[in-house]
Amino acid sequence: MPLYHTEDQAMLAESVTGFMADEGGIKKQLRHYRDMNCQDGFGHTLWKQFAEMGLTGMLAAEADGGLAMGHVEAGIVLREIGRNLTPSPFLTTSVMGVTALSGGSEEIRGRWLPGVLAGDSVLAVAVDEGPKHRPERIACKAEKAGNGFRLLGRKAFVVQGASADAIIVAARTSGSDTDNDGITLFAVPKDAAGINHENLRLVDSAMASNVTFDNVELDGDCVIGEVDGGRELLNKVIRAGRIGAAAELTGVGQGAFDITTAYLKTRKQFGQLIGEFQALQHRAAHLYSELEIAEAAVIKAQQLLDGNSDKADLMVSVAKAKAAKACNLSVREGVQMHGGVGMTDEYDIGLYMKRDRSLAEFMGDQYYHAERVAQLSGY
Amino acid sequence: MSDLEAFRAEIRAWLEENCPAEMREPVRDEGDVCWGGRNFQFKNEAQKTWLERCVAKGYTVPDWPKPYGGAGMSPAEAKIWREECARIGARPPLSSFGIWMLGPALLKFGTEEQKVHYLNQIARGEIRWCQGYSEPGSGSDLVSLQTFGEDKGDHWVVNGQKIWTSYADKADWIFCLVRTDKTNKYQGISFLLFDMTTPGVTTKPIKLISGNSPFCETFFDNVVVPKDQIVGELNRGWDVAKYLLGHEREMISGAGGGDRLNAIGAVVARNGLEDPILRADLAMFDVDALAYACMGEKFLDEAKVGRAHPAQPNMMKYAGTELNKRRHELLMSAGGATALEWDSERTNGGTPSRSWLRTKANSIEGGTSEVMLNVISKRILELPGA
Ligand SMILES: Cc1cc2nc3c(=O)[nH]c(=O)nc-3n(C[C@H](O)[C@H](O)[C@H](O)COP(=O)(O)OP(=O)(O)OC[C@H]3O[C@@H](n4cnc5c(N)ncnc54)[C@H](O)[C@@H]3O)c2cc1C
Ligand SMILES: Cc1cc2nc3c(=O)[nH]c(=O)nc-3n(C[C@H](O)[C@H](O)[C@H](O)COP(=O)(O)OP(=O)(O)OC[C@H]3O[C@@H](n4cnc5c(N)ncnc54)[C@H](O)[C@@H]3O)c2cc1C
Repeated sequence: MPLYHTEDQAMLAESVTGFMADEGGIKKQLRHYRDMNCQDGFGHTLWKQFAEMGLTGMLAAEADGGLAMGHVEAGIVLREIGRNLTPSPFLTTSVMGVTALSGGSEEIRGRWLPGVLAGDSVLAVAVDEGPKHRPERIACKAEKAGNGFRLLGRKAFVVQGASADAIIVAARTSGSDTDNDGITLFAVPKDAAGINHENLRLVDSAMASNVTFDNVELDGDCVIGEVDGGRELLNKVIRAGRIGAAAELTGVGQGAFDITTAYLKTRKQFGQLIGEFQALQHRAAHLYSELEIAEAAVIKAQQLLDGNSDKADLMVSVAKAKAAKACNLSVREGVQMHGGVGMTDEYDIGLYMKRDRSLAEFMGDQYYHAERVAQLSGY
Repeated sequence: MSDLEAFRAEIRAWLEENCPAEMREPVRDEGDVCWGGRNFQFKNEAQKTWLERCVAKGYTVPDWPKPYGGAGMSPAEAKIWREECARIGARPPLSSFGIWMLGPALLKFGTEEQKVHYLNQIARGEIRWCQGYSEPGSGSDLVSLQTFGEDKGDHWVVNGQKIWTSYADKADWIFCLVRTDKTNKYQGISFLLFDMTTPGVTTKPIKLISGNSPFCETFFDNVVVPKDQIVGELNRGWDVAKYLLGHEREMISGAGGGDRLNAIGAVVARNGLEDPILRADLAMFDVDALAYACMGEKFLDEAKVGRAHPAQPNMMKYAGTELNKRRHELLMSAGGATALEWDSERTNGGTPSRSWLRTKANSIEGGTSEVMLNVISKRILELPGA
């Protein structure tokens, strides 16, 4: 399969690009909700519009009312979300959440998917338990209690966790913290007793919650997939999150790059446009190369994932690490090349820098993924 | 089975049957590369057989049209050919400046007669070409070149000097940039082809820091070149030259395959990898290398169907060569003192250190990294004054 979009994918990209620029722009969404101190960190009206466009159920099966598309298509949406810094529950809900639910029973899919597809509900995913991404280690416990389970423990950095109608929690139902087996996924409803949120604003204005589960009673219907056998499904969810974040990062990097090169063509110093200085030209050209390469790695990983290739796991880590490196360079160069105005809240470039930080951390930073590349390569 | 799957099966079976075992071993040194040409000495029977079998099928230039010696493969088919060759580690049957550089330029600018004549010679490995672009005073600023061709009716008489002419002492013919109008800088250059045995052509090898002498100073003293040996129009050779440079840069970028796309951590670790900081650097390198391999694939996919930016080979060359230099710095560090050995047997005559030194030319030959960045700034980013 060639490494560019098919005709259908190009058409999707065209409509999503226009939609996100019109409706998901920085002023209309990010600044608007940030400045009103919105505790969700995103707008529900836009989420409803996502549903009307058919985006909320892109990855869901046709039998579930979805479009049965793949990661290439989801990545098209995420790139535009990134380019516009659109605050949206799309990645956690429609990419990771739907991937999780798709591995569950008809009953649990029927319980949550219709709301997601309609743009009425939102999902969050709770995997990590500390400040760094360590999905290999899961201590949060779900003990058998009657017909159901009792959830006890703590999850960190649960993006939009306090706003979610259900939190998809990876919990340990047997074994010890670092065991591969003994993991079960649960869809924990928002109103279950014993959930406590420490809802925090992050540097990029998104909301994330440190969630404690204090003996939360769950009935057996909350289980997604198999009890104790959830690791494989969890890995699938995590991979979806990683490649999704990578796609969004390429959009953030591109957005920052575009406004920076535009600035180089308008700002004058020493009687000339600063874009005429070779010192800046070479850095911009280098950055262009890095962004192109990151984009290639991302689409390759998306295609491998969609094709269920056994090379997908390695390439997803390559893509996440490379996208993070390239995007980080883009926002750093962006702020620097803007000079003093780059430090102001009025200019958008700083917003890109903040978003890059959050996304780089989400589902593993470049160091985590470079380590995985080494391990998966056998060293 | 789709047509392409059937095609893949056919190629796989053909390779299984026809690619000799010795030709599936990694290329160790220059002697393992088949360059072809009048004076080429095959290293062994397998190298010769492999070339002959591929020539018979048009597989030395799989995507060239059949009348010119190719196999007429579509972009999708040529990709399958590359993938299947890579799968078994098959060496290229023939490597040459004719295939990489002159061929594409002739396909675009040559007359039908020139195409039939020269392209078939290239495809069969009969004539080895060298490139006469650079001059002592004209490197990055190539368009300032001075070698002059005086119009003598039915021929030109060429005088001047080229430098850094790779394999000039081994090549049969040269494609050469010659000034044919001193009053017009860009539209005063013609693209000429001539035999290196023509009276008045002499070469003098230059020794590299790697100890090898693959390139030469090349002198022209009243060299007679018939008028039908021009590619493109008179005084419009710069267009041909630039088009060819795009293909040269694509080739140097390594996008087409081979070790310039490989990760190295796992190979290094086989000999022990005790330094955690080196391991970390290798892991970061592998991220970049594996991502660049995706870029190579994407670039070729896009270039073959005209979707790539026409200046994209400059980006590929920049990124690919800088990466390759980094690769060999790491390989030297990983090799330790052994990698410093200059002519020992166990290093096959200093392969690690000589290869490392050779890579330093990657970001110079075919246009320097700085020039690539200039071109990206100007043609892709459209920055002012670039
Ligand atoms: C937090 C902060 C506090 C400050 N406090 C003060 C203060 O108290 N008093 C005061 O007077 N000023 C202050 N400044 C202003 C500061 O000195 C200027 O921002 C700085 O000199 C850069 O100028 P500029 O912002 O106009 O950027 P520009 O000059 O427009 O530069 C934009 C970009 O172009 C590059 N560039 C410009 N010229 C060239 C060139 N010839 N070659 C290559 N690249 C070039 C720059 O390096 C930069 O990357 C402050 C700035 C900040 C951010
Ligand atoms: C191994 C090898 C094989 C070669 N084979 C051939 C061959 O077969 N045929 C052939 O014709 N040539 C060949 N070359 C020559 C090659 O194309 C030139 O070396 C190259 O174009 C650079 O020219 P130069 O060496 O004169 O360097 P210069 O142009 O003098 O450059 C010196 C330095 O200045 C920098 N520089 C120059 N201009 C600018 C600018 N505008 N902005 C910023 N920096 C600049 C360069 O990047 C470089 O770092 C070969 C070179 C090598 C090393």
